[in-house]
Order: sequence, then C-alpha cells, then structure tokens
Amino acid sequence: MNHPLPPETSNEPLAPGQRLPESERKEFSPEALAEIQALMVKFPDKLAATLPALHIAQREFGFVSLSAMKAVAKAIGIPEGHVFGVATFYTMYQKAPVGQFHLQVCTNISCALRGAAQLLEKVCEKTGVKPGQGPSADGMWSVEEVECLAGCGSGPCVQVNHDVYDEFVDEKKLIEVMEACKRGDYRPWAH
Amino acid sequence: MAAIRTKPDPQIYTFPGFGTDKYPNLMLRGAGDLDNWHLKVYEQKHEGYVALKAALKMEPVAVVEEMKTSGIRGRGGAGFPCGLKWSFMPKDTPERKFTRYLVCNGDEGEPGTFKDRAILEYNPHQLIEGMIIGGWAMQCKLGFVYIRGEFLWLIEKLEAAIQQARDAGYLGKNILGTGWDYDILVYRGAGAYICGEETALLNSLEGRRGEPRVKPPFPAAKGAFGQPTTVNNVETLAAVPPILRMGGAEYAKLGTPKNTGTRIFGVSGHVKRPGLFELPLGTPMDFVVNELAGGSSTGKKIKAIIPGGASAPMFDEKDFDCPLDFDTVKARGSMAGSGGLICMDEDTCMVQATLRLIRFYAHESCGQCTPCREGCNWMEMVLYRIEHGEGRMEDLDLLASLTPRIGLRTLCPLGDAACGPMDSALQKFRHEFEHHITHKTCYAQGSRLLTAVGAH
Repeated sequence: MNHPLPPETSNEPLAPGQRLPESERKEFSPEALAEIQALMVKFPDKLAATLPALHIAQREFGFVSLSAMKAVAKAIGIPEGHVFGVATFYTMYQKAPVGQFHLQVCTNISCALRGAAQLLEKVCEKTGVKPGQGPSADGMWSVEEVECLAGCGSGPCVQVNHDVYDEFVDEKKLIEVMEACKRGDYRPWAH
Repeated sequence: MAAIRTKPDPQIYTFPGFGTDKYPNLMLRGAGDLDNWHLKVYEQKHEGYVALKAALKMEPVAVVEEMKTSGIRGRGGAGFPCGLKWSFMPKDTPERKFTRYLVCNGDEGEPGTFKDRAILEYNPHQLIEGMIIGGWAMQCKLGFVYIRGEFLWLIEKLEAAIQQARDAGYLGKNILGTGWDYDILVYRGAGAYICGEETALLNSLEGRRGEPRVKPPFPAAKGAFGQPTTVNNVETLAAVPPILRMGGAEYAKLGTPKNTGTRIFGVSGHVKRPGLFELPLGTPMDFVVNELAGGSSTGKKIKAIIPGGASAPMFDEKDFDCPLDFDTVKARGSMAGSGGLICMDEDTCMVQATLRLIRFYAHESCGQCTPCREGCNWMEMVLYRIEHGEGRMEDLDLLASLTPRIGLRTLCPLGDAACGPMDSALQKFRHEFEHHITHKTCYAQGSRLLTAVGAH
C-alpha cells in the first residue's frame, strides 16, 4: 500500500555532508560592530545580544550564513555552537540567500479559509519561484510559506521583506504589490 | 529613526453601540487613527498617564490589591488572575534585596489572534503606562517587551513611543519625583510560535533557543536572567491603566462575577465583517459572530467555530450560544484562550482544516519533548494519508489513541494545544473523516485549504 508523506518543511535538516550556503562577506562593518557592542551592555547579560545581533547579521550579510554566525560569536564573545543553535532554531533567520523582495504568504487556518492556498499558488506562478527554492534567476523574488502573521481578520496576508503587511490580498492586489516592489516602494531585503 | 508606518490598515475595530456604558471602550480607544500613538494625543484625548500619577501616590501593595479587586484574569490564554500573579513576586527583606523584572509577552502568533497588534499600533502608550504601573506595583528594575520579529514596524513605533515617555519623565531615573528608577527595553523575537510560552519566551529573551523550561522554579522565583520575573500579556498590561482610573471594584462590575472586565475578541474566517471587537466577558458567541461580525460571508451556514485561537477545541452548532468567558467555555469542553474566534462554514473540509492546524503544531514544536515532537508529526502524517485518499478506518482509532499520549505529557502546553483541535474534530465531525476514507474525497465541497506547491 502506498503511504503518501507530507512535503518536507522549508527548513529541512541538512543531509549528511551537506553544508549551509556560504556568503561572500565574512566580517561585520565597523558600524554593525558598534551596534552589537551597544546591545551587549543594553541587556543584563551579553548573551541576550545574540538574537538582535543575528538580525543585524542578516541585514549585513544578506542572510545568516555560517560566516555570519561565526562573526556574531566573535563579536559577542560567546561559543559558535550557541549562535548556530539559536540561528537554526528561529525561522526568521534565513539560512540561504533570498531575493530582493522576500514574499511571505501566511497559509494558516484563518487565511486559508479566505483563499491563502490559492494565493500562494498565484504568487509562485507570478514570480516563477517555489517556496524554499531560493531566489528567482534575476535575484528579484523569493517566496516563503509562513505560519500565522497575526493578520487573521484581514487575510489572506502577505508580508514583503521585514516591514509592511499587505492584507485582503487577491490577484489584483498581488499585482499591485509586485509593481510597488519593482518601483522601489518597499525597503529591499538587505537595507 | 525609521519612518513610522502611515499606511491605513483595513481592520474593523468598532460596531454600533461601542463606547457606551454597555460596551465600554477601554482598550481600543482611537483604533483606526494612525496619529493616535503619539504621547500628546494619549494625554489629551484618552486620560493618558492619569492612572500612573495616581498609582505612584499609592503604596505598591495597594496597587496589587486594586488589581486583585478588579478580578482581571490574564488575557494570554490561561486566564490566571493577574493580581494574584503580581502578589507572587518576592518582596525585599532587610537580609535580601531582589532585582525584579516585568516582561510583556507580545509574541502574538496564535492563529486567529490579532489583538495585541492593534494595541501596539494605536495605543502603545497605554501598554507603556500599564508596564510602568506594573513595575511600580512589583518594584521592578526593568521592564521588557518581547515582540515577535515580524512586527518590525510596531517595534519601531513602540521604541519611538517609549522615547516620548522617557522625554516626558515617565521613564528613567527618579520617575515623577518618587526616587524610583525604571526603564523599558524592547526585544525582537525571530519567528517561533513557542516563544509565546512564558518560559520559552524568557529563554529567548536571554538570547537562547526558545525552549520551554521545567517548572518549578516558576518565573516569579527564577525568571529572566535568573531573577524574579512576572510575564503578562500585552492586553493584560494595557488593561491596567483603565482599571486604576475607574477603580478595581468598578471594573469588576463589567463582565461576569468570576470573569470580569472586557477583552478583545478577534473574529476571522467565513464572516462578513471580520475584525476586533472589545466586549465584556460573558458575551454570547452567536451574538459576536452573527450580530457584530455579520454572520456567514459565503451564504452557507457556519458549522464550526474555534472559540479561543487555534489551540482551542472546536465547537459545533449546539455550543454556538456559549457565553465567552473562561469558565463557561472550559465547562463546555474548550478554552477561551486568546480570544480569537475562527468561523468555518458548511463547505469547509474538516480533514483539511485539522491537517492544516496539526501541520502548524508539528512545524512549531520546539523538539524538546518526545511526545509533542514525534506525536504532532505522526498526527500530521496520518491526517495527510487520509486527506490523500489512502486512509484506513483504523487510522481514526490511531489518531484518537495518539492524543492522550501527547496531552499533559510535555513541559509546555503546545502538545495539549495540538490535541484540542484533533480530538474535537474527530469527535464532532467523525463522519467527514469516515467519508474521506471510504470515498477518497472531501465530504464538503469548499475550496482547498492546502496548497499544491510543495515544500512547506
């Protein structure tokens, strides 16, 4: 008898011998280092700077590569293993490159009841990329299927990069959002 | 400073009669108005920081007593009495001085819940005022607001609001001449539902993986950075200023005797007017769904409602009259949770809906406890098999046998949360699962809830 298996999650574990993608950049800029220094004294314990420092690393490096994790560990003075553990635990740290505009579509129950599944398919069709498959050839788009974005009352809900949510997204709205990205109305991924 | 979002959001926050004595507006004042977050607007229009000035003239213990009198129960999900929680914090003795912290849980990630977001967007100062009063009542040194990473624009806004409060002397050294120093720090999460659990949140706040801790020690004994800590939801803390303004006894008159006050209910799913409605506890569910949210948007009857965010067991038609308070909802076999009502119409395939919910828990399980990590994945796989027409009748017994092996066998309530929808769907909509197995297709003919594009 055939036992179909659910599709793998986008952050599936690495296969034996497989390594995380590497970034070109290896070191933090002096400004970022100063920012991390400030974070280390902001909280009662310097370890607390790990999460915000990884956010900074993502901004600087484009994604959280192994070099980015090592740079964070070095800047704060904590074990690399700790940073790796934290970076791989949280889904917002992208462990592989993403496009200039990272479209995150919520497909959880409230959005799904209002057509999020069909919207995600539309997004894939329009951008030519599938969730978890890296950026499009021109580096413009990447797509991720995410869990609840807390926009349940106004779903389906799409988040572009870090800041602005777009709500009640249908095909027409999606085209508007993508046009706005091309015009530069949204902050690009690594700003 | 980054620009503050000026984009209007399409959410509904009000209904006819909102703001009257029957339906007082305590939490959503000025919601929808994008300028409402400024300190001067809060002070001029919404009696801002009046409660703080009064609280600072009171003894800290008296503030805790006032909270106990109000009877407010935590709005995060568990419904624990807030005043009691505050009184658990250890007091300074001549031999031992404590460093106490107050943590605000703004990791709103429960599917169906979107209330904290509205408070952070339109009334951040009400939350800040609540946190200062809470800090005074428990004599804390620092307050932390942990906000989910996706809310970057709200974090920028809250930081700006906190700076306004600092400039006005409500935060910092020697607050309003009391000699008490206190500040609030904002911490950005990074996308983990589990960090909404209080001890996981504390781990995350310390810069660790968001894995729940073993309790005891409870946070009041050993919380953030090893110090006594109280964790409260955004909505609970934002309710503090109105409670002190009107007095605990007056607040206790709202709602029902054991479930006092108002809370924000979020209605989503198949309704005409999805939105946030602030109502006294004990308001009947069918009134909220049919009168305020306009009833079904599809023309089909609503067949199931999840009454308290995705983790709550579903209700079918016979429980639609349930008053929305912690005790009654619990007595009827569900939980009031975070106040998110998810409505599903007759055409919704319950197998798909359950699979979507269980997939969420399988994805968000932190992996620490075996019953939850393995159990949620197995439930997902069995449901997936049923959904894809390969199910067998004994799969239903298999699913039913899995939930008692997950529930109450884990460190945190995420495992129990996954069992709620599974058990209730199987119990109330068993015929749909059976139909799926025998006919290899959905019983309901609505549109798909699951995507066809691979990797999730």
